[in-house]
Amino acid sequence: MIELKNIHKSFGDITVIDNVSAVMKSGQCNLIIGASGSGKTVLMKCMVGLFEPDSGEILYSGVNFTELNNEQKTEIRKEIGMLFQGSALFDSQTVEQNIMFPLDMFTKWPVKKKLDRVNEVLSRVNLVDVNKKYPSELSGGMKKRVALARAIVLNPKYLFCDEPNSGLDPQTSLVIDRLIKEITIRMI
Amino acid sequence: MSIFSDIGRYLLMLKGMFSRPENSKMYWKEFMHQCSEIGIGALGIVAIISVFIGAVSTVQTAYQLLTPLIPRSTIATIVRDTVILEFAPTLTCIVLAGVIGSKIASELGNMRVSEQIDALEIMGINTRAYLVMPKILAGLLMIPFLIILAMALGIWGGRLAATMANIISTGTYDKGLHDGFLPYNVFFALAKAYTFAFIISSVSAFYGYYVKGGSLEIGRASTKAVVVSCILILFADYVLSALLL
Repeated sequence: MIELKNIHKSFGDITVIDNVSAVMKSGQCNLIIGASGSGKTVLMKCMVGLFEPDSGEILYSGVNFTELNNEQKTEIRKEIGMLFQGSALFDSQTVEQNIMFPLDMFTKWPVKKKLDRVNEVLSRVNLVDVNKKYPSELSGGMKKRVALARAIVLNPKYLFCDEPNSGLDPQTSLVIDRLIKEITIRMI
Repeated sequence: MSIFSDIGRYLLMLKGMFSRPENSKMYWKEFMHQCSEIGIGALGIVAIISVFIGAVSTVQTAYQLLTPLIPRSTIATIVRDTVILEFAPTLTCIVLAGVIGSKIASELGNMRVSEQIDALEIMGINTRAYLVMPKILAGLLMIPFLIILAMALGIWGGRLAATMANIISTGTYDKGLHDGFLPYNVFFALAKAYTFAFIISSVSAFYGYYVKGGSLEIGRASTKAVVVSCILILFADYVLSALLL
């Protein structure tokens, strides 16, 4: 469970988030809805520690994230997967290398096991035969799905998706929505 | 005020690099990748520039030493000392600031703008340690190596020009090279090389790492990285010369 208590964030004179509180229960898709520029991404970035809120508390299973030092934050971040608005794939790496990156960094699995895991998550996001392709060779929807595969490869406890459907056609949007829902159910 | 804020952020970036690697093997892989990018990537331009600098130095020194009172072998001595003391370390590093510096700044800038750095942070990776440190270490290893190569090629280029333009014979040139050689000059050149290598890699990384905005800002950061690196190289060149010579 994630709890937000009176989060406030401003950039200079512009207040982006003003006194926002929320409770996000585990095993559910929790949605943040708002107009463009209303601070949804800023709030999400505060929640994962990419931005420091000016005031307020963010609690992960009761642990106050805002009061932790960098190393302790890193430990919580290892339980977080995030799908960025622009996919944020490493453009110098292939799809396979992109998804394998967290496995290479945080596991000591043999290559075969890592490859199996990569193929498993790729099939979960309905992608086949794209392992050796570079992000520049993929469509917007495929990039989102690869990014989603990378976000879930380590089985994160928390999955954050920043506008997962932006710039996608309605059909691909539906596919992504179903995937996120399916992943949420499987994560419980 | 902005300059003090920039210096503060630069020092914080350097401080932030020192943390326990999440996976030493991955860091080593990134370091080797950067060594190849910096070392092999700039080898061609360094070789071409060095040979021509040596050649031009020989021709111009010969042009200025018209008096018969000075032995012709002095041309080689002057070329050697000029190349070792100034041309190889400083001029090569000015060029490397453009080649390597802009590459580092634009690579990191692109990663920042496209949220790749954020993605790494979310994974729990210290991006300063994983992205910046290998670039600085690779710079510290490869740039002095490139400068040693530039010294050798510069002197060889001078020898080539001396023979081709019939300025002096190879025997006279080689004699001039041996005359009054001070190994300290090489030490001085290497001290400059390490200083400049650190400036090029860290300053460029700083401007790339903290880019805000879009592709236009990446270009601006890249240009700023090169300009600031060049100014700092020239300033450090003067300080080191005043202190060590």
